[in-house]
Amino acid sequence: MISDLFSVTVLVGILASGIRLATPYLYAAIGETFSQRSGVLNLGVEGQMLLGAFAAFYVTLTTGNLWLGLMTAMLVGALMGLAMAYVTVNLQAQQGISGIGFYLFGLGMSDLLFQKLMGTVETVKGFPKIHIPGLSDIPGIGEIFFSQNILVYGAYLLVPIAWFVLNKTTLGLKIRSVGENPDAADSLGVNVGRIRYFTIILGGILSGVAGASLSIALLNVFQQNMTSGQGFIAVALVYFGAWRPTGVLGGALLFSLINALQLWVQVLNIPVPSEIAVMMPYVLTILVLVTSVSKVRAPSALSKPFEREN
Amino acid sequence: MKKFAWLLTLVLALSLVLSACGAGATPTPAPVEKFRVAVVMPSAINDLAFSQSMYDALVRVQKDMGGPDKFEIVYSENMFVVDDAAAAIRDYATKGYDLVIAHGSQYGSSLQEIAPDFPDTSFAWGTTVDTFGLPNVFAYEAASQEGGYVNGVLAAALTNTDVIGVIGPIETGDAKLYVDGFKAGVLSAKPGAQVNVNYIGSFSDTALAAEAATTHIAAGADILTGTAQMVVGAIGKAEEANVLWFGTQSNQSSLAPKIVVASQVYHWEVVLKQMIDLIQGGTLGGQSFTANLANGGEVIEVNPDSNVFDYAKPLAEDTVKGIIDGSIKITLP
Amino acid sequence: MDDAPSYGYLSVAVIRSLQVESVLHEVMAATMKKVFESEWVSRLIDGLLPVFATLAALLVGAVMLLFLKVNPIEAYKALWVGAFGTSNAFAETLVKATPLLLVGLGICISFRGDVINIGGEGQMIIGAIVATWVGLTFTTLPGWLVITLAMLAGFAGGAVWGGIPGVLKAYFRVNEILSTVMMNAIAVQLMNFLLRGPMIDPAQAELASKIPQTARLLEIFRLPRLIPTRLHLGALIAVILAVLVYILLWRTTLGYRIRAVGQNPHASRYAGIKVPRYIVLALLLSGAFSGLAGATQVFGVNYRMITDGSASGFTGSAGFNGIVAALFGQLHPIWSIPASILFGALLVGANSMQRVVQVPSALVIALNGLVVVFVVSSEIWRQKRQRRRLSVARQDGDSPPPADEQPVPHTEAGT
Repeated sequence: MISDLFSVTVLVGILASGIRLATPYLYAAIGETFSQRSGVLNLGVEGQMLLGAFAAFYVTLTTGNLWLGLMTAMLVGALMGLAMAYVTVNLQAQQGISGIGFYLFGLGMSDLLFQKLMGTVETVKGFPKIHIPGLSDIPGIGEIFFSQNILVYGAYLLVPIAWFVLNKTTLGLKIRSVGENPDAADSLGVNVGRIRYFTIILGGILSGVAGASLSIALLNVFQQNMTSGQGFIAVALVYFGAWRPTGVLGGALLFSLINALQLWVQVLNIPVPSEIAVMMPYVLTILVLVTSVSKVRAPSALSKPFEREN
Repeated sequence: MKKFAWLLTLVLALSLVLSACGAGATPTPAPVEKFRVAVVMPSAINDLAFSQSMYDALVRVQKDMGGPDKFEIVYSENMFVVDDAAAAIRDYATKGYDLVIAHGSQYGSSLQEIAPDFPDTSFAWGTTVDTFGLPNVFAYEAASQEGGYVNGVLAAALTNTDVIGVIGPIETGDAKLYVDGFKAGVLSAKPGAQVNVNYIGSFSDTALAAEAATTHIAAGADILTGTAQMVVGAIGKAEEANVLWFGTQSNQSSLAPKIVVASQVYHWEVVLKQMIDLIQGGTLGGQSFTANLANGGEVIEVNPDSNVFDYAKPLAEDTVKGIIDGSIKITLP
Repeated sequence: MDDAPSYGYLSVAVIRSLQVESVLHEVMAATMKKVFESEWVSRLIDGLLPVFATLAALLVGAVMLLFLKVNPIEAYKALWVGAFGTSNAFAETLVKATPLLLVGLGICISFRGDVINIGGEGQMIIGAIVATWVGLTFTTLPGWLVITLAMLAGFAGGAVWGGIPGVLKAYFRVNEILSTVMMNAIAVQLMNFLLRGPMIDPAQAELASKIPQTARLLEIFRLPRLIPTRLHLGALIAVILAVLVYILLWRTTLGYRIRAVGQNPHASRYAGIKVPRYIVLALLLSGAFSGLAGATQVFGVNYRMITDGSASGFTGSAGFNGIVAALFGQLHPIWSIPASILFGALLVGANSMQRVVQVPSALVIALNGLVVVFVVSSEIWRQKRQRRRLSVARQDGDSPPPADEQPVPHTEAGT
């Protein structure tokens, strides 16, 4: 019944689930924030996540070393980013479309490797929940905030770091100027291509971690297409967050909390068709954005290739 | 750039002409004694669920019939796009396979179109009972409510909290049948128990399936079950929380040997063998088959590594026996 | 010397012939030069770039095939035969290309208007649902009327589903990438709900299996087939619409304004164009074509709606692949026709490759991704050559090429 939704168990459950569900979105969307701030739209996030998820899982499965798995995911993400950067910066390709190409490549390649190297679904021991003596035992709050695994904490730690880098460092200034006015940045001696290489590769690395957070921290399995559209949602959340890490955090949490809520709506046998419940996070994300009109403009040079005038 | 269009048109036209010439080169007919089967499946052959159940069964049939020389299997996996599957089915029929299996209820409509064009080819589709009245179409289905019921009875006996969680993809077909059977099984053994069902709206969202499992556990469930390939994420969560799991479609014990109590496994070979015998005798279709507990098309595989094996095994056997001899009647909502 | 005159004659003749020859040489050389440097050949090479890029991607794919211990020649032969090898195969390619082209036409409009519509999947689904409803409701009307109504309904359904993100973008500043991604997910759930509930096939409602599908359309409501294959009237409709979209974009005020808003919204505003209205229109029209694609899939291919729970089960990802096809076609409605066929051939041929040499379908998907990346990367050479041609033309004092042949503007993702 609907009143059941307002019990402590349910609220704690929703918060804890929401925080977990938001983790992959945060990594991927913050990575995307960097690349979009520098003027590059990367629609290939989903493919990078899938390859990262597989790399992390497979290395962990064969070596038993979670950190090595995570590093491999980052490396694979970086390589995908490098390829993407070459295509967008040097070859000046249409970004939206090349992103779809990289998505398809990652989707197929991760599944192909999975079939050839593993052949069947297996499980690994992922990053364990961190138990903080004292804090973890506080009823409710302990479960929500102090008994998640390290990659969950990492995602939330990333938000202030990203905010700091973008707003308080020279690098951040360069990234923003390249995204707003690459010609001016270029005339001031900023290497536009190099900055974009950096942000795209960073985006790839973070997407790789996003995948790893699924395969070796939250779910501890790998399956074909296991990201199931999360990479695209992550891109959407960058727009929701108006290209600010804090806004992205807000969007990721909102979407994930409503998703957690809809799971409870079904579990509590509230008579709502399951499809309507599943729709809720998507509908409400749009509605929230409609009602809270944001006046933030997109980076002016977003998705425009840069070429020096001669 | 307009020339590109012209040129391509030219190439295409040329290829059409070439195709007319190439059409004469039909593949050489296979030796008569070899039985050739083609199967079209919606997901991967190693999904630990619906598609794998069929692929494994075909491999078992192949073994019984004397290996690849006597029994050829070709497959198209991940044919989740209905009209891609239709193209594959038509292509296999054209190539003269003895039996073309459309392993997905969504392919029925296409089969209805294709089968009449190939009266000498036998088709099979599942899971359903509808052969469209066509003489060369077999239909097959699994009485997954039966296995669901057995799992449900075991679950009811093993729960301490009297709360049981179920995770499904979308509320239809084989998944719904299993879930409804499971529910009926639980309630028959423990009318006061609470069965919470969560359809996550997707066959692929592993993360949401896992979180659904966590939600069930937080709501007090100490036993979980689920159907379709995305539940592998949920099994991991069950293992973390040390909550028991019941599987279906394929044997899922390998994923979490400690907590999987039993899996309902489809043994389609029971159905396949009947079809093959009929085809070899000259009957190409028109009949429908059900894999169930009685004919061995469904088997409850109790996990020997489970802590509750000694308790679960006899209870499962008794329930199976009851369903087979009719002393247990399953009424679905 | 008696011979003198003849000698003189001969020498004159030789000299003359030499002169003629050299003139001939000059003419020939000039002609050759012209041929090699002419627009025609140059543009032909441009036009073939996507094909070359596809071949390059397939070459990389060949290496992957070797790793899988599959003979690439055999595999690619299967791909070719599967796409073009028989008249039936070629028909399948065209059937596959039809929704790609329809979605692609919408993409031509929206991307020209500088709105990125990645909601094609959802718009196809809604268009198909509405059209199916028409087909199942008005069973007593004549076939041609119901087909027409259903196509219009699909068009309208897609327009609504595309128009919503349009309104959200134009008047509420909600980015269309976000809203179209979300609207796709909403459409899928709506479809799943309708097909297992209100719109379920009455025959299935009786059965335990409850396959989530609608009833079948009456036979008279099906789109007529063009030849004895699965090729249906939808393909012809799509080609006709391609011409109409071309006219719309380059020969009407509406099209001019959509493109003007796309190229420079600020200037357009000063020019008195109501920018928000054209943003809505661009997305609305884009959605409408996707909706029509969905309707033709139901009335031309499947004859009912079926869901496997995902969008791509019904759409075959045409809502995404249509974007690729349109961009292969330089966002030009007419060029999108061969581009859709090329991409459709790749999809159909790849499935056939899976069947014949039994490579995992995953390889096929990865290969498609490579093709997309390679083709989109090859663009730079076309642009470079085009720029060189433009500068040559300017030096020669030729008039600039007509407006529709100017380089395609890069679309941007603005709020």
